[in-house]
Amino acid sequence: MERLAESVAELRQTFKSGKTRSVGWRKNQLKALSELVRDNEEKFFEALYQDLGKHPVEAYRDEIGVVVKSVDCALSCVEKWAASKKASLPLLFFPSRAEVIPEPFGVVLIFGSWNFPISLVLDPLIGAISAGNAAILKPSDLAPACSYLLANLIPQYLDRNAVKVIEGGVDVSQQLLQQKWDKIFFTGSPSVGRIVMAAAAQHLTPVTLELGGKCPAIVDTISKTYDMKVTMKRIVGGKWGPCSGQACIGIDYLLVEEKFASFLIDSLQKILRRFYGENPRESKSICRIINNHHFMRLKSLMKDPLVADSIVHGGSFDEEKLFIEPTILLNPPLDSELMTGEIFGPLLPIITLNNIQESIEFINSRPKPLAIYAFTGDESFKKQIVAETSSGCVVFNDTMVQFICDTLPFGGVGQSGFGRYHGKYSFDTFSHEKSVLHRGFFPELEPRYPPWNDFKLKFIKLAYSFKYLELLLLLLGFKK
Amino acid sequence: MGEEQEDRKPASSAAAVFDAEAANGLVGELRGSFRSGRTRSYEWRVGQLKAIWRMCDEHEKDVVDALALDLSKPELESVVYELGMVKGSCKTALKELKHWVRPEKTKTGLATFPSSAEIVSEPLGVVLIISAWNYPVLLALDPVIGAIAAGNAVVLKPSEIAPATSSVLAKLVAKFLDCSSIRVVEGGVPETTALLAQKWDKIFYTGNGHVGRIVMAAAAKHLTPVVLELGGKCPVVVDSGINLQVATRRIIAGKWGSNNGQTCVSADYIITTKDYAPKLVDSLKKEIERFYGKKPLESKDISRIVNSNHFARLTKLVDEDKISDKIVYGGERDKDSLRISPTILVDVPQDSLIMNEEIFGPLLPILTVNKIEESFDLINSRPNPLAAYLFTNNKELKERFVMSVSAGGITINDITVHLAVHTLPFGGVGESGLGSYHGKFSFDAFSHKKAVLYRGFAGDATLRYPPYTKTKLRILKAFVTGDIWGAIRALLGWA
Repeated sequence: MERLAESVAELRQTFKSGKTRSVGWRKNQLKALSELVRDNEEKFFEALYQDLGKHPVEAYRDEIGVVVKSVDCALSCVEKWAASKKASLPLLFFPSRAEVIPEPFGVVLIFGSWNFPISLVLDPLIGAISAGNAAILKPSDLAPACSYLLANLIPQYLDRNAVKVIEGGVDVSQQLLQQKWDKIFFTGSPSVGRIVMAAAAQHLTPVTLELGGKCPAIVDTISKTYDMKVTMKRIVGGKWGPCSGQACIGIDYLLVEEKFASFLIDSLQKILRRFYGENPRESKSICRIINNHHFMRLKSLMKDPLVADSIVHGGSFDEEKLFIEPTILLNPPLDSELMTGEIFGPLLPIITLNNIQESIEFINSRPKPLAIYAFTGDESFKKQIVAETSSGCVVFNDTMVQFICDTLPFGGVGQSGFGRYHGKYSFDTFSHEKSVLHRGFFPELEPRYPPWNDFKLKFIKLAYSFKYLELLLLLLGFKK
Repeated sequence: MGEEQEDRKPASSAAAVFDAEAANGLVGELRGSFRSGRTRSYEWRVGQLKAIWRMCDEHEKDVVDALALDLSKPELESVVYELGMVKGSCKTALKELKHWVRPEKTKTGLATFPSSAEIVSEPLGVVLIISAWNYPVLLALDPVIGAIAAGNAVVLKPSEIAPATSSVLAKLVAKFLDCSSIRVVEGGVPETTALLAQKWDKIFYTGNGHVGRIVMAAAAKHLTPVVLELGGKCPVVVDSGINLQVATRRIIAGKWGSNNGQTCVSADYIITTKDYAPKLVDSLKKEIERFYGKKPLESKDISRIVNSNHFARLTKLVDEDKISDKIVYGGERDKDSLRISPTILVDVPQDSLIMNEEIFGPLLPILTVNKIEESFDLINSRPNPLAAYLFTNNKELKERFVMSVSAGGITINDITVHLAVHTLPFGGVGESGLGSYHGKFSFDAFSHKKAVLYRGFAGDATLRYPPYTKTKLRILKAFVTGDIWGAIRALLGWA
């Protein structure tokens, strides 16, 4: 605890010195971060394989590549982001000048998550550094190899007085939360999110909560064979592709018209075989479950006899290897745990509807998800989905790719969190927008000041409605 | 900002108690309304905004009377700083709304080619606005304008410390606005507690840091985002070599002329050099007398202290032993009329009460330093204020002040007026709060920015999918690093 307080104090000292504010420092750190990731690619692959059985391609696509791309984006934009923005002023304020200056919050705390143990720590860090903050990173202890690697590499590459990694579990997190931070960025579950925000409230610390939720994919009937094939690949890619379903923006369940369900299941099975072979247990292309606790949690989801009966594909598991086979379930009971909580694993329930339009009502009767996916060619249905549902984001005819769009804000709403990041939004998330108004001493408007009288009241009323002509008439005595 | 909800008044016995159950029913009703989609329509929003404008226009006198009862607020202050600002916000929102609601098209990169993307502003749902007593009209209705513009259903809880205004607001809102979606709940701590136990989609609170913490902790239970508009000790740095008369008058207008110092962006204390302090004090005295006469306690142009609790709090600040001899001007008070005259203190010790809490009243301490640059450290050694001000003609000093002082907002050579510029975000940092509003920022504060990405089926790259291979890794790397030739080479099997 004391050591921790010392670390925070050291960072605060660094921040106070003004060092982290200079754009030069920020760029240097971003370059160093880029080097860190590029130099140690193999080590990251190894650690990710150890923690999650993540294949290097997946590791690069979802973690290393994401960081490389974000750093490049920040490096090329940070000067522009950090510059002050002019704000327009009404004539009444003439001669004045107004601007909004982004300034760093100070010392920030970033909690990573175990499913993308590298990118979900380093991606927010890029924002924190770009904005000129000092930061403490707390990687998830559930991915110990990655946590250890980060704790080792960060001090070798980044400014030790401004960026630190603190490893540990719940007790360390609790101690961290007792400190005063200028911003807390948390990725994880809603239940821990509540604890983080309650702790932040003690110090009035702003928070960003990146949570998850049950992300649905609406699958409309698509007539073209090619489009249908792509759809199936993207569904499989969006369910089992990212960390075997252990992803906050992974597909949680599918919504489809009843008549289309059996075709959908057949097609998914075909793709699954193509991607992971006849025996997915041997496939190197799919992650394992993070730990025994989550393995047992997922296993127990399938225990419910009504749920077990609904399995139409897969369903096998290997406790020793912490492997669960890609599993498809058709119409499991809606009140089962599988359908009330976030699955966060390789189980894919398919819910059938009479009409695909009903999916909107279905989604709206549940907490707001982080993402809604919809495969459809129907433009009016697209419009309806955007206008009538609420979620962090909506993606049409694809899955997951919104995560790598630097121009799109990434973040939840309602149960899926609040605050946003990526690209410029990461910078904004770690910046305070300071308003600055510059005034001269001349001219001075006498009616601003007491003692009050009717003339002054009239004058100010006109000024407030920007009626300059009438104002002039009043001043010249032509108006009563 | 001042203490909200400190003196509990017994709920009137006749009225039904507003408890958690009643609050739950109310939220349920509004949620139904929101779900029906009525508040999302552009026409509804415009209709409600116009109604607020009309409400302020047609009932100017009722509002002015209520403010006179609650705070003895001079008519001009009520009309200009409260109703005028609200009407201005309505006008801005009405004029700009069609731009605000329009989805923002964004570029998409090579990684998701071909695709298009936009950011859609959607209402958060049912929101709670808790306002303060010092500007009981403005601080209630200004956020409501943002909430309505963004298409939300709203519950407004005006401050019970300004009871006449609270009651007028309740009456007028019920009369002018759509009561299926916009409601006022009057009351104090029990009612607020009942409201805070509910699940909201946003809570917007104006008040003090103590209650701000309670609000945010309550919001945490439901993962509700909050905006906290708090206050803090806003410093005014006065350099020498300026047009002293203009500076002095602007300071007075922003201190005593703004609800008698009971304003979150008012001047809390002044820092000036030892040499310049006597001139500044003389000028302040002279201009105060010109504004409020020889007997400021009797001036009609200055608000009174809101209630006896605050009166007692303020007198305790000036009566502290170590500062009683620091008063150089004013200090008169009248307990019966709740008035304290404009009071200036020079060189109060740093550890005095008055320098360690937000004053929020007509007392103005002046701290002196040897060199004006020392003021920066003095300010930065304290919690971040909501606003910081500097009067100077020195360009370099201005620049350094702007860069090194952290505050919600900064105005150079004037005070409080940045609040009236709707193109500037208004909000605090650190102890002075989080989140911002005014103009488009109000709309954004009550909106969720939904990312929408449209993809076609063409251009599906197999390298995204398993089974994963070394070649896929190479191509992927080439793409991410923008190495197009590398990607093509790898695709053609040359790499």
